[in-house]
Amino acid sequence: MTAEIRNWVHIGSLEDIPRQGARCVKNGDMTVAIFRTAKDDVFALEDKCPHRNGPLSQGIVHDGCVTCPLHNWVISLETGAAQGADEGRTTAFPVRLEDSRIFIDLSYSHEAV
Amino acid sequence: MNKQKLVIVGNGMAPGRMLEDLFEKNPDAFDVTIFNAEPRVNYNRLMLSPVLSGEKSYEDIITHGDDWYREHGVKLHKSARVQGIDREAKTITSETGVTEPYDKLVIATGSDPFIIPLPGKDLDGVLTYRDLDDVDRMLEAARRGGRAVVIGGGLLGLEAAAGLKMQGMDVTVLHLMPTLMERQLDPAAGFLLEEEFRRRGIDVRTKANSHEIVDDGSGRVKAIRLDDGSEIEASIVVMAVGIRPSAELAKSAGLDVNRGVLVGDDMRTSDQNIFALGECVEHRGMCYGLVAPLYEMAKVIAENLLEGTSEYTGSLTATKLKVTGVDLYSAGDFAEGDDREEIVLRDAAAGVYKRLVLKDNRIVGAVLYGETTDGPWFFDLLKKGTDVSEMRETLIFGQAYQGGAPLDPTAAVAALPDDAEICGCNGICKGKIVTTITEKGLTNLDGVRAHTKASASCGTCTGLVEQLLQVTLGDAYNPAAVTPMCGCTHLGHSDVRRLIKSKELKTIPAVMQELEWTSSGGCAKCRPALNYYLVSDWPDEYADDYQSRYINERVHANIQKDGTYSVVPRMWGGMTSSKELRAIADVVDKYEIPAVKCTGGQRIDMLGIKKEDLPGVWADLGKAGFVSGQAYAKGLRTVKTCVGTDWCRFGTQDSTGLGIKIEKFMWGSWTPAKLKLAVSGCPRNCAEATCKDIGIVCVDSGYEIHFAGAAGLDIKGTEVLGQVRTEEDALEHVVALAQMYREQGHYLERIYKWAKRIGYDEIRRQIMDDADKRKAYYDSFVFSQKFAQVDPWSERVSGKDKHEFNPMAVLTKEAAE
Repeated sequence: MTAEIRNWVHIGSLEDIPRQGARCVKNGDMTVAIFRTAKDDVFALEDKCPHRNGPLSQGIVHDGCVTCPLHNWVISLETGAAQGADEGRTTAFPVRLEDSRIFIDLSYSHEAV
Repeated sequence: MNKQKLVIVGNGMAPGRMLEDLFEKNPDAFDVTIFNAEPRVNYNRLMLSPVLSGEKSYEDIITHGDDWYREHGVKLHKSARVQGIDREAKTITSETGVTEPYDKLVIATGSDPFIIPLPGKDLDGVLTYRDLDDVDRMLEAARRGGRAVVIGGGLLGLEAAAGLKMQGMDVTVLHLMPTLMERQLDPAAGFLLEEEFRRRGIDVRTKANSHEIVDDGSGRVKAIRLDDGSEIEASIVVMAVGIRPSAELAKSAGLDVNRGVLVGDDMRTSDQNIFALGECVEHRGMCYGLVAPLYEMAKVIAENLLEGTSEYTGSLTATKLKVTGVDLYSAGDFAEGDDREEIVLRDAAAGVYKRLVLKDNRIVGAVLYGETTDGPWFFDLLKKGTDVSEMRETLIFGQAYQGGAPLDPTAAVAALPDDAEICGCNGICKGKIVTTITEKGLTNLDGVRAHTKASASCGTCTGLVEQLLQVTLGDAYNPAAVTPMCGCTHLGHSDVRRLIKSKELKTIPAVMQELEWTSSGGCAKCRPALNYYLVSDWPDEYADDYQSRYINERVHANIQKDGTYSVVPRMWGGMTSSKELRAIADVVDKYEIPAVKCTGGQRIDMLGIKKEDLPGVWADLGKAGFVSGQAYAKGLRTVKTCVGTDWCRFGTQDSTGLGIKIEKFMWGSWTPAKLKLAVSGCPRNCAEATCKDIGIVCVDSGYEIHFAGAAGLDIKGTEVLGQVRTEEDALEHVVALAQMYREQGHYLERIYKWAKRIGYDEIRRQIMDDADKRKAYYDSFVFSQKFAQVDPWSERVSGKDKHEFNPMAVLTKEAAE
């Protein structure tokens, strides 16, 4: 049995992201979208819609979901899963909020769990 | 096994229905090829009158679109009139040179309008009323105005007359017989109908025998002269005196032909492999011109093509006049006779006349005027030969009064048998509608229209379909239900807009709180809509919520499929200069922009720009004087122009100058959906103003203002708002119209859809006729522009929304691992 290894990286603070908005974090070739909801919860998803790779960071954030700007798929911020009749899932990463400092763990995706 | 080849000559309603029947029974029996002399797919010819009157468009009346032919593997040759049939070789050849072999052939060549051999019948301006081309010709004539003379007071003639009147022409109807529609109506009903047409301002002359169509000296019609010597001026003459079967092709192929192509009860012609169908057919001495018999024939042929032994034994027909506001139904035979009795009901106050003709206690004829709901019921009794002696006393009052106590209309519909026809246009029976409602879980009229086509054509059966929904769904059916904006509210767009005003709601959270939104923060559908409504209603007080804007409006560029953006700077009225072009070229080089394209709105699009580069691109464009073209906005986009009197030898006004003036006045304004304008310098219309949201066509005497065109998902020519004399007037009218749309439109509803919902006349009344209203709209627009005309690009170059364009963090490899 392996012990859970976490690798939290500090990426910025809550104020950097507009409420009901998103910012991007570049990690090599991958872009991660960091979302802030109306209630100041923060989530991280790979910035790629499972449908046609649309940049989710550019979508409208609402009720724990983001609507992809390309074809209006609705993706759950928490799980990365497409909502409604659409099927697919984007990678979601764990996020920790310490005061207003945001940490993410890119080594550990929800998809892998 | 090789499939048999089925070739059909003609693509009207009858063969369309026959194929539906055939495919339903066995979709794989035949390879099907159709030759159509018209350049189109199959459309509902019954609905030409609503197209003529402007109540429907061609798209509304299409029965089978191109997709249908693809799906069913049908090869359709459009604009391919058939030249000949070689019955020895079993091949068929079109005038376009296409030859196809057949195993089975169906001739459905329809009918030709009957042309009265009057002197002048070949003059320019003498039209018939048969297909969409005729309608287009009439509409074109109507735009020029003047008087239309319609020869023929039958079904087609009256529909043409009513349509032309609605298009603004003066109309005279000439009818040879003493009363209108004498083949379908008795004199009493014919008289009521004549009164109704007079009341609408249509000049009806019965017992009028045309003598000659008068030439204006240049080969165009000028007037029509009657036998009594009187003359009526006319800019067009429409001949609608009847049809005759188009049987030449069959005749030249050596088939037996009398008035029409002769067929037996199995619908075969004198050649066993050739069937004939529709208006070209003569069966037991009868030729039919109404749709119901043709559909019955279609069914028989579909069965016999599949080796069936079905027989057609002739039809009884019922007629409905498709003129909005005139309810008229006639069926069967209503001549008087010694062996016949009649029941008549007149209600002068309500304008109702009903007459039933009985023979041996069975209905043989029915004429209904003013109140026709019971028409299908009477027709059903007539077709089935039901003995009506039991209900004789109450028969005339209709189905609702049978069985003792009066029934409510819903119960009457519930009592109809499953095979009772509800939608005559599409031949849809009650059983089919009820089954579809249940199987597909439909809850509203639109659903039924989409899945069955019932009520989707002329709409006269809408009430019946709604009652069927009621009967089938019970309390679950709520006819008054408006479509909610989204899943967060039960309110529709109109209600939300009204309540924002009346409750003075000025923020998105306030709207959601007061109007009891069911979600905490709205969704991607309602938030952009609410944001627009608030910007539009409270321009000075509301702070635009960028997080509720779609990405394009948030970053002022157009997102592309790979997540890059495109940028379109404004080119006022489509004019540019070497300095501007040089600046664009420099920007393209500097930022290595991969694609540069001219847009349809006369400007230049730079595609494939990385989001991080946007502020830099804008800064450089800004230095050359460019501002955002708002090519991404639900707002004013372009004002397309032609070169007008500046350069063009035909130009009547300075169209370029006016276009630039309008664009400079209106840029920056938000609208419910995108708003594209154009100004053409003369009626040649090089700026294509007549398919724009708002268009201006310059003429010698001023400016003709158009609106509600479309050239995207839908294609629709504009409506004329009216004509004004000066540039200032043109600007004021255009701006007022845009503001009215801004205040009333539903989010994402283009101006043509809004206008259709509000009514063209209402818009004309408020903008053209009501000067105070117009001024008020104009002032509101001017006020809101104070807050809207800020170039979003220069704002962002100066640092606004900086976070949008830079990543929050760039992780190094070590940090991430």
